[in-house]
Amino acid sequence: MADNLLSLAQSGDRRSLAKLLTAVENDEVSHASLEIPVRQSDGTVIGVTGAPGVGKSTLIEQLLAKWTDDGLCVGVLAVDPSSPLSGGALLGDRVRMDSADDNDSVFVRSIATRNHPGGLPTTVGLAADVMRICGYDLVIIETVGAGQSEIRIVSVADRILLVESPGRGDEIQAEKAGVMELADLIVVNKSDLDGADRAAAQIISALELSDSAPLVILTSSKSGEGILELAKQLLNLPVRAGAELARARERLLTAWDADLLSRKDINEVLESISKGQFTAQEWVKSKRG
Amino acid sequence: MRIVIAKPGLDGHDRGAKVVARALRDAGHEVIYTGLRRTPEQIVRTVIDEDVDLLGLSSLSGAHAFLFPRICDLLRQSDCNDVVVFGGGIIPIDERQPLFDSGMRAIFGPGTKMQEMADFVETVAKMSTAGDAVGVGEGGDWTWSSGA
Repeated sequence: MADNLLSLAQSGDRRSLAKLLTAVENDEVSHASLEIPVRQSDGTVIGVTGAPGVGKSTLIEQLLAKWTDDGLCVGVLAVDPSSPLSGGALLGDRVRMDSADDNDSVFVRSIATRNHPGGLPTTVGLAADVMRICGYDLVIIETVGAGQSEIRIVSVADRILLVESPGRGDEIQAEKAGVMELADLIVVNKSDLDGADRAAAQIISALELSDSAPLVILTSSKSGEGILELAKQLLNLPVRAGAELARARERLLTAWDADLLSRKDINEVLESISKGQFTAQEWVKSKRG
Repeated sequence: MRIVIAKPGLDGHDRGAKVVARALRDAGHEVIYTGLRRTPEQIVRTVIDEDVDLLGLSSLSGAHAFLFPRICDLLRQSDCNDVVVFGGGIIPIDERQPLFDSGMRAIFGPGTKMQEMADFVETVAKMSTAGDAVGVGEGGDWTWSSGA
């Protein structure tokens, strides 16, 4: 059935692509079962990350408008957190993406983290590959609002756009280590607000000493400043040197996590740990033998 | 279950829709909120792209008699017969039967308990699994009798 869905999705049927993405999300299909190759990094899958409220979704909408005007088809995988208590999720990224609802060159899919570690479901990589093979020239993965150490996105995205905003003052200094070092491009969004120039200057000076400092661009979804420049630069980002090991590490952790969480006895293990029958460390040690 | 909560038409009041979205989230479902002022076409597109099981429509402006059946028609035309449609808002009792006739399965008025909505979704999930007719294009005459 998945085979049939894939060929229909490749011919442009949105409903088939949607059903296929559901199968991907539910871990019912794989690269192997769909007979599609694991995609090689080519700059077409772009991760957009940054703290909650810096304007990621609104900025993505601006990029969608520009890129589709230029004739590109763009897929978006918008990730929002699942509740660790109920397992439910409120997925609200579409609200800020008008193109999601009526631009035929855009396909937006909301994805709940389903409590995958690192805030990124392990299935997102395959979802991006499926979109690419179904005629979407670019795929944007919007992460959950992330802090400095959530770098799991580098395991699936070819390039990383880090979104910052003014008014986060001293925090910017503190965030020098972490995701900022892996970003291929940094934007200081909401440049219409006071302090944007200063925030950009701080970031540039913080990164000055590294070997290959990423480009820093000021953008405003409100005034349109910097959007054209950003849309252009994102398509021409060179591979950033020095990040390969970090990428490999995140890929390994993703695979490891997926393997751990797909254990048949995972619920019993969690229950035992929560009841204090043994600690997490003890359990891991016992498995290592 | 995956559920879209949508605000069709020009109605600008979404407190209720957000409360419902939140309640269904807390009941363990993945809820996608569309935002305000969506056309029937936009809502159907969201249902298709997000591949959801249920669609909840909220209207407090009096336009439900036109918009809700229109959305149900579009869903059937788009081959989304298995999607379960329910509604809520200011919808007078005597205007509900035509909405049920158009394929909707439940209408929730002011004063509905959160638990009732969660129970409705739970019931729909069970009926769907059992192969009972609950979708907008599946016929049958089952409807949820709401307390409010």
